[in-house]
Amino acid sequence: MSLLEVEALEAGYDDALVLRGVSLCVDAHEIVAVIGPNGAGKSTMLKAVYGLVTLHGGSVRFDGENVTGMRPDRLTRRGLNFVPQTDNVFPTLTLAENLHVAALVLPKSERRAGIQRMRELFPIVAERRRQRAGTLSGGQRKLVALARAMVTRPRLLLLDEPSAGLSPQAMDLVFDKLVEINALGIGIVMVEQNARRALALAHRGYVLDTGRNAIEGSGADLLADRQVAELYLGGSATIASSSNSRSASSGMKPDTK
Amino acid sequence: MSAQLEVQGLVRTFDGVRAVDEATLDVQAGSITGLIGPNGAGKSTLFNCVSGFLRPQSGRVTLDGKRIDRRAPHRIARAGLVRTFQTPRTLARMTVLENVAVAAPRPRNAEARAAKLLELVRLGEHADALAGTLSGGQRKLLDLVRALMVGPRVLLLDEPMAGVSPTLRVELLDHILAVRERDGVTLLIVEHDLDFVMRASDRVIVMNEGRVIAQGTPDQVRTDERVVDAYLGARHE
Repeated sequence: MSLLEVEALEAGYDDALVLRGVSLCVDAHEIVAVIGPNGAGKSTMLKAVYGLVTLHGGSVRFDGENVTGMRPDRLTRRGLNFVPQTDNVFPTLTLAENLHVAALVLPKSERRAGIQRMRELFPIVAERRRQRAGTLSGGQRKLVALARAMVTRPRLLLLDEPSAGLSPQAMDLVFDKLVEINALGIGIVMVEQNARRALALAHRGYVLDTGRNAIEGSGADLLADRQVAELYLGGSATIASSSNSRSASSGMKPDTK
Repeated sequence: MSAQLEVQGLVRTFDGVRAVDEATLDVQAGSITGLIGPNGAGKSTLFNCVSGFLRPQSGRVTLDGKRIDRRAPHRIARAGLVRTFQTPRTLARMTVLENVAVAAPRPRNAEARAAKLLELVRLGEHADALAGTLSGGQRKLLDLVRALMVGPRVLLLDEPMAGVSPTLRVELLDHILAVRERDGVTLLIVEHDLDFVMRASDRVIVMNEGRVIAQGTPDQVRTDERVVDAYLGARHE
């Protein structure tokens, strides 16, 4: 049994159906990358899992329990949290206040220790605790958004384009932090348009296209696949050579649905 | 070639913090110029000052030798300079096609031309959908098409590739090169996708802490020590 099991999810906005039966599973401790064309439904999939979009069909199981359509705050308390691409910090609050608000889901007696742990994992939170989040640079803001999610003690994080809009250096910082978070035993599902970087980092990847599963496999296999490269990565296949890449463990399977 | 856009000693502060601090740069007519720098370097603020969305405290901006730094955005657009936004601004309750058509300076054939432009970025099939139903990446593309619809002579693009799929990035590079070749549009582009910046740009300008710290050809900039320190990081050397 996987930590997260998403089955045949259908969802959309108003009368536009965006997800037309998306399935995915994530094991505890796994990094999973979700890539695909613009409008494929990647962000909607994350929002549907996290209870932010009305579902028309399908199911979501987390840690063996049916959590389909459950409210986001309840999911957060169960250990599943989501970091949106934008609007992921309170810009007019200080970093300390941002963390305090996020920590409110913890039992009162555990908040102080939880926040202290975040100061160690994200030094910027301690260094700039009195600074308003709105005055941070893009990369710093992403780290604070991650800290806000991490303080809730998640077992699985859903991340919508953690690297979008970041300078190369800031992007390295954020991706390194994701590896560090994963090493703590926390699973990660990330939607990314910097697809090569994401696949190099991920244990497994899914390609979504027009609201459906297209291809899935290990990160390394997807990177090395010529068809994936041509259709989804904008160029020829590369052998994963990044220091972050994982060895191929499972075969790749085209989804026939 | 001569400088079509000139920025001299531009200063813009927020609560006493100098976001743009005596920035001076010029953009040659018909060129593609990349503008790079760390998050918070002042690139978007510079864009806002040049396009009239913010008023600089001091310094001057000239377009074809005429000062534009005290003009409103729509007057600067009429003078031929148009910009896109990092977070796209679309009219959510209008259709995708209407979003583009309303950007036309003259109504004649506006919808037909809009439809043609939408095909370029693979949004043709969404022409009749409400813009509010588009994904984040698709809104980005819509914003680009709206800017092109104005028929600018100078186009400022703020992170056109952020949130755009790798496949579409390759196509967008071709479109942008074509816009310069075919229509002779001058482009100033803020972008973190270095592969794109290095391929597209004739010249690259680097900002850090509100100032221009380096400029030159892509190759010169890539190996510049100050650029590696401030922006690229050793891994991208």
